Amino acid sequence: MSHELPYIAAIDEAIRLEMERDETVIYFGQNMATTENAPFRQQFGNDRVRVTPISETAEIGMAVGAALAGYRPVVELYMAEFMLVAMDQVVNEGPRFRAMSGGQVKVPLVLKAGWGFTAGWAGQHTGTLTNMFMGIPGLKVVSPSTAADAKGLMASAIRDDNPVVYFHNYLLTLDHGEVPDGEYLVPLGVADVRREGSDVTIVANAHMLNQSLKAAETLAGEGIQAEVIDPRTYAPLDVDTILESVGKTGRLVLVDSAPRHSAASNVIAGEVVERGFDLLKAPIVQVTALDATVPYSEPLEAYVIPDADRVAAAVRGVLGTAPVGA
Amino acid sequence: MTADDARRLLRTMWRIRHFEERVGRLKRTDEVFGLIHLSVGQEGVAAATCLQLRDDDAVYSGHRAHGHALAKGALLPRVMAELMGRETGVCRGMGGSMHLVDVEHGFLGATGVVGGNIPMALGSALAARRLGGDTVAVVFFGDGAVQAGHFNETVNLAALWGLPLIMVCENNGFAEFTPRSAHTVVERVSDVVSPYGIVRETVDGNDVLAVWERFGAFLARARAGEGPFLLECLTVRLRGHYEGDPAAYREAIADEEWQKMDPILRLQRHALAQGWVDEDEPAAIEAEAAEEVEAAVAFGRESAFPPPELVAELVYAGSDA
Repeated sequence: MSHELPYIAAIDEAIRLEMERDETVIYFGQNMATTENAPFRQQFGNDRVRVTPISETAEIGMAVGAALAGYRPVVELYMAEFMLVAMDQVVNEGPRFRAMSGGQVKVPLVLKAGWGFTAGWAGQHTGTLTNMFMGIPGLKVVSPSTAADAKGLMASAIRDDNPVVYFHNYLLTLDHGEVPDGEYLVPLGVADVRREGSDVTIVANAHMLNQSLKAAETLAGEGIQAEVIDPRTYAPLDVDTILESVGKTGRLVLVDSAPRHSAASNVIAGEVVERGFDLLKAPIVQVTALDATVPYSEPLEAYVIPDADRVAAAVRGVLGTAPVGA
Repeated sequence: MTADDARRLLRTMWRIRHFEERVGRLKRTDEVFGLIHLSVGQEGVAAATCLQLRDDDAVYSGHRAHGHALAKGALLPRVMAELMGRETGVCRGMGGSMHLVDVEHGFLGATGVVGGNIPMALGSALAARRLGGDTVAVVFFGDGAVQAGHFNETVNLAALWGLPLIMVCENNGFAEFTPRSAHTVVERVSDVVSPYGIVRETVDGNDVLAVWERFGAFLARARAGEGPFLLECLTVRLRGHYEGDPAAYREAIADEEWQKMDPILRLQRHALAQGWVDEDEPAAIEAEAAEEVEAAVAFGRESAFPPPELVAELVYAGSDA
């Protein structure tokens, strides 16, 4: 059985179910008492759901300490960029303590961070920071693209015994989707084939996934069948599913809204070239944002961030049916 | 303080002193591999605080952590083996000097980034409050960490929520290679927190009796549900910031001056005057500590290096999902 929910509500449903299931799940962040998070305070109390000041370092450091003491904290960070204020805790402390202690401790916590609000939110609220975090050993990174995955990945992230950065894409906030009732878990580290096809493999996530699916529809009208894969988890990265698809199609287009030189697609391209060079019939193409700060002005924002047209043009280029677009 | 307390304190301080000095020599011959920060001269603070704590109290420390770990109960041979990078080390050779962790004894950890440990202790204090018992969280840091945002954010939240956190600042007057006066106009760390109304005190950190008494008073109140507290211990870092630091930025303390200040010798003199120990007892305690350290070096030398498989094994914890 399932029900329809907006993406953002599916995340809340997962947190609520996990808090009902497990007393050790605690939730904190700024503005928790006065926003859409207020129902959590009402249901679970002000002790378990805490309002923090604008102190990202203390919030995340406290989460690490509470995790060491046996709790499973979820930190509401609102914006992924706010995590950058607390990089010592996100990078140096949380993910490293297990290894540095020789395995004596585990650090189960979730950093819930909205990202990619390319709707005029300009240079400090629109970033795609996946690549910044996926290379940190010990840290897991997930990024759901659908309401169902938003629920299933959050539940799995909370139950995971490691620190997890949970990216939710702000452009998908109100996108509705069918969400399974009750307990629903999507395993971390498993990509999903969103559309099957035989001519080219497209890898994309979140808003870029929707743009890629749109491009795939257009291309289907031209007789090109694209297979579209959503990584869902960036660390650990499911390279096998992508390689399997490339084995079938022989062509790979990687779509990523991060700047070209800090895109997760760089890592995927490297893995595929090294492990699957013989499978490739054409060079890999990366459709990324420009190496630039995302501008405020609407036409300039669109100029920097990829869209369905650019994805379709890249696919035509890879297939040799037309020159590679912009 | 009882005669027995004094004996335990002397034993702990001599163990730390000999450990640190031996590590300094091992560093010069590269038997200790990495970056090392020694706490010679600051033993009194570690001993007078940690010996009053229990295994279920969480303690955090920073890059100068050997003394705190040993005083909190970490086994000396295992700490030595850790510094030598061996599998028998307390962290199986994965953490080293700056990242000692000994969960069994409530030494939740040391971090190598100044100030990074302070908000983590806040998390342990929050957990202690939620668990409802009388455990406390204690965090050690130097005066250099006080100028970092971590400290101020933590102080604010600990005060706002009234958490059972005891912050122990070892003010040795130097932040790495730079005197405090070059970093801030606030001389006393206890003054930094005054607007928050936190119960605070500045003591002579080389006066073991004073540290023991003030920390004990804070601890009793924290166990009863009060908090947070800040204890600033004015102390002396006898060696440079790291082993190998020529410390040309300051003048060394003259030997005779140090004899008067040395926390171990001061407590020994006091214990003898009080009749707590016999005349030859301190020397026996010291000799025993020195032997223990030598045995630890032998233990480290005999121990194997950790296997390469350990690296991948420790990246992620297994999930119960």
